[in-house]
Amino acid sequence: MATYSTNEFKAGLKVMLEGDPCAIIENEFVKPGKGQAFNRVKLRNLKTDKVWERTFKSGESIEAADVLETELQYLYNDGEFWYFMDTESFEQIGADKQAVSNSAQWLKEEAMCTVTLWDDVPLRVTTPNFVELEIVETDPGMKGDTASGGSKPANLSTGAVVRVPLFVQIGEVIRIDTRTGEYVSRAKDS
Amino acid sequence: MAEHEDDLVEPDFWRPNADWETIEARARLLRSVREFFYHRHVIEVETPLLSQGTITDPHISPLVVNSPLSSNPYYLQTSPEYAMKRLLASGAGSIFQIAKAFRSDEVGRKHNPEFTLLEWYRLGWDHLQLIEEVDNLLVECLGCGRGDTVSYYTLFQQYLEINPHCCDENQLRQVAERHINIGDMALADTDAWLDLLFSHCIEPHLGQGRPTFVVEYPHSQAALAQVKEELIDGERVHVAKRFEVFFEGLELANGYHELTDPKEQKRRFAVDQEKLSLSGSQCLVDQGSIDQGTAERRPVDQRLLAAMESGLPSCAGVALGIDRLLMLMLGKDSLSEVLVFDFYKA
Repeated sequence: MATYSTNEFKAGLKVMLEGDPCAIIENEFVKPGKGQAFNRVKLRNLKTDKVWERTFKSGESIEAADVLETELQYLYNDGEFWYFMDTESFEQIGADKQAVSNSAQWLKEEAMCTVTLWDDVPLRVTTPNFVELEIVETDPGMKGDTASGGSKPANLSTGAVVRVPLFVQIGEVIRIDTRTGEYVSRAKDS
Repeated sequence: MAEHEDDLVEPDFWRPNADWETIEARARLLRSVREFFYHRHVIEVETPLLSQGTITDPHISPLVVNSPLSSNPYYLQTSPEYAMKRLLASGAGSIFQIAKAFRSDEVGRKHNPEFTLLEWYRLGWDHLQLIEEVDNLLVECLGCGRGDTVSYYTLFQQYLEINPHCCDENQLRQVAERHINIGDMALADTDAWLDLLFSHCIEPHLGQGRPTFVVEYPHSQAALAQVKEELIDGERVHVAKRFEVFFEGLELANGYHELTDPKEQKRRFAVDQEKLSLSGSQCLVDQGSIDQGTAERRPVDQRLLAAMESGLPSCAGVALGIDRLLMLMLGKDSLSEVLVFDFYKA
């Protein structure tokens, strides 16, 4: 079983804490000139996405988490699992609702996603920062209204709803920032 | 080391951490420190970085250097304290030194294994007189207000509502658990629990806009300071004639009314050695495969003890972190930004 000593702690390191895989966000070495040293660590629980603060005695070791990030292609969703494929080995893997979470609304078939695996099970699915999706439903805007100011809801092919400018119409493909869920622009080739 | 290899891939891996303005600011700081002491008739000295004896403090880990000239290793100094005290015992007056010091396992935003210390000794002074002089230096360098002096006890009362001089390990653990997520952390003694509470719950609040001088540390944390009796909360307790200086939540300096009694010094070295061997054996239990020979053994500085036997004059001394001072003067966030090359670029 691999372990990391506090001397090896740094941002990005994946460790096990209270049974859950976590990623170190920040590691601060705290030591009085004369006295016991500590590592004050901020970690993200990779299962729940919650941020924890934890202090370790310097020199302690904790278990490493077998966490791997892979680029996989999204295939389809059967209502319970979202399936992804390794484009080299053609191996398929199903991610559950907790792993896909908010990313579900941005998943377009054949899109490449970052799938974080823990002990070979998908832990988290991260879509690219920008995706291009088609508008399937929105109120028709006024003709010639190209000024900014107004916006309206639009339903996208994946089921997501975003606010778009009035001039954008059904059938158009738009670019969205998945981190904020906001409209960025019309896609270049639409 | 993995980080090391990563760094080599960066095209800028050879460049300095500090920018040129910072390097010039360091030069000005060093010059003004030297002038400060020149005007006060304190003489600058230089002592070796390498020593055959080393520190016994279990929380400070020295770097070991091997030489074909000696069958025993030498140690890089963790501070110039012992060599300067030998000078004092030999008849020197008040002295100061700006020197590199090394601690093998301290690295982070506020730590670098190789750092610069300003250390000085005042003959015939006690720690309270020395606090005044540190205050003068900090007012000059930082342009801050005059410092406040507060006791270790008062701070624990103010921030945690406990008396640090009479809590046991269990009580301290309970207090720590209320304030800090520590899991099942095990610590060696009450002082380690006090260190945890002080560093997490008190230190970040100290020295806002003006330095805070903390005095009257528990006698178990006296290190090389004299001890006196004090009436605290209706009880007679022994406290160390030691002070620490904090500014903007950062520990800047540590000073003592120096212990001059060689018998007491020997006794404290022995207590440290005992703690070291205990932590050594703990290490053996934890890591199973380590062989007995690697349990840490550090040679006590016999020359310091001999100097104290011959007579160390009454004095007060303090060590101040120059890199941290510069970091605070320039409003920088980490030590790396004020070092020409930090540990990873050295």
